[in-house]
Amino acid sequence: MTTDAPPATPGRWRPATIARIAPLTPHVRSFFLSIDPPPRFQAGQHMDVRLTAPDGYQAQRSYSIASAPGSTVELTIERLADGEVSPFFHDVAVAGDEIEVRGPIGGHFVWQPAMGGPVLLIGGGSGVVPLMSMARHHAAAAPAVPMRLLFSARTWDEVIWRDELLALDARGDGFGLTLALTRDAPRRPGDHGRRVDAAMVADLLAGWPAPPAHVFVCGANPFVGVAVDAVLAAGVPPRRVRTERYGG
Amino acid sequence: MTTRGFTGRRPGQDTAGRLPPGQYLTQDFPVLSAGPTPRVRTENWTFTLKVGPRPVAKWTWAEFGALPRTRMTRDIHCVTKWSKFDTAWEGVSIDDLLLAAGIAAPMPYTLAHSVDGYSTNVPTADLIGGKAMVALAYDGAPIEADHGGPARLLVPHLYFWKSAKWINGLQFTERDTAGFWELRGYHLYGDPFREQRYSDD
Ligand SMILES: Cc1cc2nc3c(=O)[nH]c(=O)nc-3n(C[C@H](O)[C@H](O)[C@H](O)COP(=O)(O)OP(=O)(O)OC[C@H]3O[C@@H](n4cnc5c(N)ncnc54)[C@H](O)[C@@H]3O)c2cc1C
Repeated sequence: MTTDAPPATPGRWRPATIARIAPLTPHVRSFFLSIDPPPRFQAGQHMDVRLTAPDGYQAQRSYSIASAPGSTVELTIERLADGEVSPFFHDVAVAGDEIEVRGPIGGHFVWQPAMGGPVLLIGGGSGVVPLMSMARHHAAAAPAVPMRLLFSARTWDEVIWRDELLALDARGDGFGLTLALTRDAPRRPGDHGRRVDAAMVADLLAGWPAPPAHVFVCGANPFVGVAVDAVLAAGVPPRRVRTERYGG
Repeated sequence: MTTRGFTGRRPGQDTAGRLPPGQYLTQDFPVLSAGPTPRVRTENWTFTLKVGPRPVAKWTWAEFGALPRTRMTRDIHCVTKWSKFDTAWEGVSIDDLLLAAGIAAPMPYTLAHSVDGYSTNVPTADLIGGKAMVALAYDGAPIEADHGGPARLLVPHLYFWKSAKWINGLQFTERDTAGFWELRGYHLYGDPFREQRYSDD
């Protein structure tokens, strides 16, 4: 844990304008925020978002940054039925609306090119968001570093950033993509039609010249538990594994 | 600043005064941790009390289990925004731990240490006087590994990252020394009702 980034100083609440909204899958949209001055962030960090009702009641949530450091903050939000905040973003928010944000936050679940690799990223559903920032940063700043994303989604159509990820995979640099579709048949050689398990991770790591130096696992808590167990079962030392859990 | 079109889902009347600013009430028990959940075997577990660098008392799992027990039912508040009400814990209060070690609280600050190398800092005054315990049971059963079992610190009046999971020792210190999350931008004290989430709050 000696490679951790310096402490984040999230600063005060400030206004952010939703500059653009992009639908990515049936339940996931990206919100591009214009913030003045634009925050400097690292791949893997998140922002806190605050919404205020007319009577002063406020709700706060955390959202990972999907974009690469140096670009506009992109928050990518999955709509949870009956949720308080995510349905607001999907059903109410339009371009031009103002919200409040703090951040960037987080100095542990962060990848920088200087940390090197090989890097294994494992994401479930919207847990891919901070890993996408790492993959994009990798493509822009350190494409030779070996990095593989194992991404679990329900179906082919729910693979967030599918086209962009397939394009990154096709570049033939250090990046590689493996999809694990839990309710769909695999479409590409090497992809899987089941949940992430120990055999899948062992299989994936068997092809590596060296064990991963850094493993980042993100998603809902049960997913993170299963994925981390699979990584440890493959012999990766626990200290190389960082987790971000989105909740129950 | 009012957010256009946001009405929010109000917490019920019963939460008034109990829910700190920026928190929402959950019935679940979400998990927050920086890395893998360590599988701690109680036969290998020991708990060490240190004054500065000097160990002053040490217990095995069996010895620790024989110390007097305290029960606490408290609201807990996680910095990731969820709060959970009326969580029921049982364990050894820090007062009883000091008594068993035959010492009075010797220094103004404490670092809690965990088997995975995690540490967190708490003023000693926040641990004594019935405010905190080393919890061994949650809701009448041994604490699950994901929630910090076999033993975790419980300092319920501070954000829950202060309640170090997989605890194996307390170290009294002269100065306030930032722990794992505190070194990574989180607040040194962490009072949820003053919303002390991050270092500059
Ligand atoms: C560090 C971090 C980063 C994150 N990054 C992302 C990200 O990049 N993208 C993303 O989409 N999410 C992310 N999250 C999760 C996000 O913060 C929110 O938790 C999520 O959007 C749900 O918020 P909500 O207000 O919509 O739902 P909430 O109102 O918080 O509800 C959560 C769930 O509980 C259910 N629920 C609501 N009310 C009740 C009730 N009364 N009883 C029982 N169940 C109920 C809802 O149906 C929903 O499924 C992140 C979380 C953390 C901690």
